[in-house]
Amino acid sequence: MIELRGVSKRYGDVEALRDVSLEVRRGEILTIVGPNGSGKTTLLKILAALERPTRGEVYFDGVRIDEANTAQFRRRSTMVFQRAVVLRGSVHDNVAYGLRLLGLPRVEVDRRVGEALEVVGLSGLKTRSARRLSGGEQQRLSLARALALECELLLLDEPTADLDPESLSVVKETISRLGKETETTIVMATHNLIHVEELSDRLVLLDRGKVVEAGRPRALLLAPSKEMARFARSENVFTGASRTIEGISHIDIGSGVEVKAAFSRSGRVSVHVRPEDIILSRGWVESSARNEFKGRIVAVEDLGPIVRLKVDVGRVFTVQITGRSFAEMGLNLGSEIYLTFKASAVQLIQRTYNAG
Amino acid sequence: MRAFMLIASGDKTLIEVTLLSVAISGLATVLASCWSIPLSILIGLGKFRGRFLVKGVFNAFLGIPTVTLGLVLYLLLSRSGPLGFLHLLYTPWAIVLGQSILITPMVVSFVANTLEAVDPEIRSLALTLGASEARAHMTVLGESLGGVFLAVTASFNRAIAELGVALMLGGNIRGVTRVFTTYIALEADRAEVALSLALAAVLMLIVATVSLTMNLIQRRMKT
Repeated sequence: MIELRGVSKRYGDVEALRDVSLEVRRGEILTIVGPNGSGKTTLLKILAALERPTRGEVYFDGVRIDEANTAQFRRRSTMVFQRAVVLRGSVHDNVAYGLRLLGLPRVEVDRRVGEALEVVGLSGLKTRSARRLSGGEQQRLSLARALALECELLLLDEPTADLDPESLSVVKETISRLGKETETTIVMATHNLIHVEELSDRLVLLDRGKVVEAGRPRALLLAPSKEMARFARSENVFTGASRTIEGISHIDIGSGVEVKAAFSRSGRVSVHVRPEDIILSRGWVESSARNEFKGRIVAVEDLGPIVRLKVDVGRVFTVQITGRSFAEMGLNLGSEIYLTFKASAVQLIQRTYNAG
Repeated sequence: MRAFMLIASGDKTLIEVTLLSVAISGLATVLASCWSIPLSILIGLGKFRGRFLVKGVFNAFLGIPTVTLGLVLYLLLSRSGPLGFLHLLYTPWAIVLGQSILITPMVVSFVANTLEAVDPEIRSLALTLGASEARAHMTVLGESLGGVFLAVTASFNRAIAELGVALMLGGNIRGVTRVFTTYIALEADRAEVALSLALAAVLMLIVATVSLTMNLIQRRMKT
């Protein structure tokens, strides 16, 4: 549907994108992941025809986007920015903005505004001043404003970042429904895979302006390359010597910590454990899980609905639990805690060049 | 005391001078806005070379002494001057022209600054929602209406309160070019102290009312 060929973008001395070639297929949900500053927003803005590449070409349905037809292609896609930008006026006015530009009759404008607000759960706030909305509501308004246009291509920049739990579920639900029930092609950028992994048909990893990897999310995440592991799983990546005993790998990851993994691989390996696959408990738990360690909480990061903890069991593991569990378990910095995870939750990182 | 009586009783000279002043300065403000706002869009949102130089020039002219401008225009418009054939000198139109030139840098500078202060993403947003470049600029202008109002108000106040241009180009001709400031300045010591005071009070009242009204509008625009 839309294709980048050898696209580079410079802002002064900064090279935001370097020779990016990428094809977005009609109807798919493509997620661009990468650390902050990797060029995700620039890539989206080029897809939205809001920025022109310094080098390279963009094709929309086989037609090259140039100066003359930019405005025309802009109308076929729309972008929701990372930081919600609202216009003066009511919530209704905001959603109606683009529809009025299309010259639609009033009845049609009202209908589409109503539908879009319904989808994001803001129907009750139609007449409210948009600037008086909370941050999460403004994000949802931005999404509604884009949805109302019913564009072929929807570009979302960090749609799940910094959202309250209600807004987060609304946004995820909306994206998932768009993907299933409509022909809309969606490209979204995120630096946080937690929320979008299950929504995406395809992942593209962007690092310092270059596409490092692309493929199906499960394939990329279950057998991550070193780059993917470094980005998406920069936590809980350990390297050590592995011995295989009865089909189970025993990996010594240092400081007396031995991780058991459900694969047979001897020698030097790198493994990864997803933070959300680790169970936390106050006491020792009798279970089938082969890995259980006692440690102490050394860092707490509150991500809203989710809390990330760093637990030192000799090596430091990152663990992720809900804010509610965190509160209910009465946890705090310095709390003594047990980590449990199954041997099958330990993933082997492929293509390890050198340990680190 | 007589001053209040004059205001209360609706003195004919007082009303005449008031209406003329408001008409002249109002027209000057409208005229100045007509060319200054598009110009400030160019300066505030444009991306051409030398943008800062142009802005600097307008900033420099912000504080131009009214008599200097009055003198220059007087020389241009006088019978033997290059624009003498227009026969504008000592007509209300001369004051309108002079005041509109006087406040142009003010409108341009203030509006350009407001536009620059608008979130740059507003323009991108308008474009991605399907606006043309021109329409996107209008949207940005719409978002900064408060600042635009402020610029226009301040300019009107400067126009109605200035003396130099009105005096040198108008000549304080009764019923034709006699405005607040020229009247107050020249007639105060001609035994018309009470009327001068009344005029000064009305001038203050107008300036304050305009500012207040604009302030209220601006506050409502914000939401």
